[in-house]
Amino acid sequence: MSGLIKSSIARKVVMALSGLFLVVFLTQHFVINITSVIDPETFNSWSHFMGYNPLVQFILQPILIAGVIIHFVMGFILEIQNKNARGVNYVKYKGGANAPWVSRNMIYSGLVVLAFLVLHFYDFWVHEMAYKYVNFLPEDPTRYHEETVVKFAPFWRTILYVVSFGLLSLHLWHGFSSSFQSMGLNNKYSSAIKTFTKIFSVVIPLGFAFIALYHHLNPITH
Amino acid sequence: MKLYLKIWRQKDANANGQIVDYTLDGVEGDMSFLEMLDILNEELVSKGEEPVEFDHDCREGICGTCSLQINGEPHGPDRLITTCQLHMRKFNDGDTIVIEPFRAKAFPVIKDLIVDRSSFDRIQQAGGYISVNTSGNTVDANAIPIEKHAADAAMDAATCIGCGACVAACKNASAMLFTSAKVSQFALLPQGQVEAADRVQNMVRQMDLEGFGNCTNTGACEVECPKGISLENIARMNREYLSASVKG
Repeated sequence: MSGLIKSSIARKVVMALSGLFLVVFLTQHFVINITSVIDPETFNSWSHFMGYNPLVQFILQPILIAGVIIHFVMGFILEIQNKNARGVNYVKYKGGANAPWVSRNMIYSGLVVLAFLVLHFYDFWVHEMAYKYVNFLPEDPTRYHEETVVKFAPFWRTILYVVSFGLLSLHLWHGFSSSFQSMGLNNKYSSAIKTFTKIFSVVIPLGFAFIALYHHLNPITH
Repeated sequence: MKLYLKIWRQKDANANGQIVDYTLDGVEGDMSFLEMLDILNEELVSKGEEPVEFDHDCREGICGTCSLQINGEPHGPDRLITTCQLHMRKFNDGDTIVIEPFRAKAFPVIKDLIVDRSSFDRIQQAGGYISVNTSGNTVDANAIPIEKHAADAAMDAATCIGCGACVAACKNASAMLFTSAKVSQFALLPQGQVEAADRVQNMVRQMDLEGFGNCTNTGACEVECPKGISLENIARMNREYLSASVKG
């Protein structure tokens, strides 16, 4: 088992498992967010549940944050090792001749998503933590929809979110199905996994972008 | 045809290399890439200059000795061939061709275009074999029934000639395709089962020790492999490795 921890295959499996965990979280996040467009009351109710349920707050939330940290820290470790493994760079390297751009640039799409996460945490998570655990403001199950819509009033923030979802799409396009290969799955189901990956990596980020644009174009007027 | 060659020249393993420009006239389409380099070397020798050193042996795509990164791709622009099988008809009059050694920290340059690929040998030595008693009691391999699908897949894996194109093509200089082919050719057969767990663990450990990169599943190795070794082998090795590690 000690060899497993140090091996290149184990590092890739850690990337794959943490990535798949984040895909599951992303799906759940999307399902909740889309209700902010369809039915604000449901959005408020589900958001309040997520914000105050002890299991979500004190067990699932730390696991999620750990998942994010493990994924990007391991990503950096792998990238450094991979750069070192080349040694001297080629004068001419035709990477596009044999591999898609998205698969060769996961570090860059990942860095954009990471930068987005910093902004996203600042926008919503930090605000939420301050509301509950710093300012000790009273529970208000009706506040979430309005707080969300107001966030998308500035054009710059909406555009930053939409662009980030584009890069998230590219990251998922390769990463989702690739994680199955890393875990040793390459069989008759692989083409179905690749097809699902392509649908998922377009539909989910497009849906998130739609939500951001919808709230930007439909501000709350009192 | 007339070609403009940009070739990596490096005096020895410790020297700093550089690209040197050569112009070569009279190249014919029927020549192989290595024959074109032979002609260049004849010209250089006749002028009293040091010829360009490059690896070659069988010149028929079997031995895995020839290498060369040609215009940014291992074994050049064609698919499922080695450098010795690449013909000059794939190029046009007036083309510029950049010729470099396969690049990887685990493939240090010995001289010019020759790299030391003994790291592959050490991976093989770590477990790429089966221990057979050859004292006269050896069981004929054909006496053991093997499902055709498994036999074919094992044979496909065994066609790897260990040229290193997978490492050269990979953006991470990963040797996963090579190592997985050598693991798979035994993992698929009953003869390979006895030492299966030790084999995959030892070969992966050696691969990591040699300083190859990690696999990002770009698939570049599969595309550039002259023998068409499939990514399925990497998935199989990952399964074998995880299973062996968990079982201890």
